[in-house]
Amino acid sequence: MDKPVGRHHWIVRVTHWAAFILIFAMVASGLQIYRAYPRFGERGGPYFANFFHNVAFPEWSRLGGWLAGGINWHFFLMWPFVGLGLLYLAYLALSGEWKKLVFRPRDARPAFEMVKYYLRIRKDHPPQGKHNALQKAAYTLIVLLGMLSVLTGIAMWKPVQLAWLTGLFGGFQAARYWHFWAVWLFVMFTLVHVVLVFLVDPASLRAMITGRYRGRYVSDEP
Amino acid sequence: MSRKVGRRSFILSAAAALLSACGWDGGRTLRPVLGGFSRFNDWVSQLVFSSERSAPKYDPSQRSRSFPAYHISAMTPTLEDPAAWRLEVGGLVRTPLNLALDEIRSFEPLTYTVKHHCVEGWSAIATWTGTPFRAVAERTGVLPEARYVRFDSFDAGYYSGWDLESALHPETILAYAFNSQELRPDHGAPLRLYAPHKLGYKMTKYLTRITFTAERPGGYWEDQGYPWFGGV
Repeated sequence: MDKPVGRHHWIVRVTHWAAFILIFAMVASGLQIYRAYPRFGERGGPYFANFFHNVAFPEWSRLGGWLAGGINWHFFLMWPFVGLGLLYLAYLALSGEWKKLVFRPRDARPAFEMVKYYLRIRKDHPPQGKHNALQKAAYTLIVLLGMLSVLTGIAMWKPVQLAWLTGLFGGFQAARYWHFWAVWLFVMFTLVHVVLVFLVDPASLRAMITGRYRGRYVSDEP
Repeated sequence: MSRKVGRRSFILSAAAALLSACGWDGGRTLRPVLGGFSRFNDWVSQLVFSSERSAPKYDPSQRSRSFPAYHISAMTPTLEDPAAWRLEVGGLVRTPLNLALDEIRSFEPLTYTVKHHCVEGWSAIATWTGTPFRAVAERTGVLPEARYVRFDSFDAGYYSGWDLESALHPETILAYAFNSQELRPDHGAPLRLYAPHKLGYKMTKYLTRITFTAERPGGYWEDQGYPWFGGV
């Protein structure tokens, strides 16, 4: 086997695992908060279409014990979440790493090739790079999703002082709604992400812990 | 081999740590830390708060079809003798006041149709009419040492403490009418605090006493963990 190559900067590794833990706990405390009014729309309706309308999430999925406990967890965790998010974005921007990660229009065609590969229409693996075009799409979207959850969160926190922001999302109840949608996108992303890690490239898990990669998909980028 | 064990034990211990956290409010060690952050969030909220900005207004036709009303007493609090009710205004003031409802109604009223935000996540639009708190504060003469206001009620000791700036906001009112009708007992009759820039639990109903203080008063829910500032 080839000798390991450097893959992830410590900032990437620390923010990656911190994001996992923080999002996990923010979802759990968020579900505790959701319990107090498990629907979307002004009192008396009409209500937004919601698969979890009036659903009581089980106790094991909630963090905080009661509404104030959930709020205090949520409003504490949001600070490291935002702080580490900004640290990660600053790293991406300043290191030039963003060029290997941000999905741009020219990645559309290679992404389509990756889809064909996964669907077994195409036999050979398209050129990988540090991240292939589908990965770029996924990692760009998850960063945008993080931003969306922060912005909808602020919109719910200050719907009067920052009424313009709340209005941008369609109002207080709509901001809650989009914030809640972000949860399920985070959950789905995480499931697909973990399945693909073990199915396609288990060595990448080690790389995200130690920073060094010794697997099949060695980057052909500098 | 050791590599496998390392990975597995890492995942298992992480999962155990996460699972044990669920349903947990932080315990004796972490709860005060979270409370400390809540005070930090109060500070941020105070920075974001503007004493000038008015809340978005709605048309009365947009009023919500239902408007929940909470109290902490077992039964809806009512007065045995409504005519005897007085609002005491005191603490760090030049002239303490003892106001009957008619005297409160004699101030220039303010009416607005606004959205109510509950800490639970619900919201509802309604029309409120009342006397701007600021007008009462001007009449009583607030001393410069006063930094907070405590609002007490006859609802089983329910109370809430406010920062003076939020209380003096032009849209903070002592409300006596809801949706163009006399305030009902479930909404805090005869008089309640109202402000579109605060969460519902800050707006003390069934008012009895207003006290200007130098020390920060707590609050019924605030003392149990709800954010103290509670501004939206």
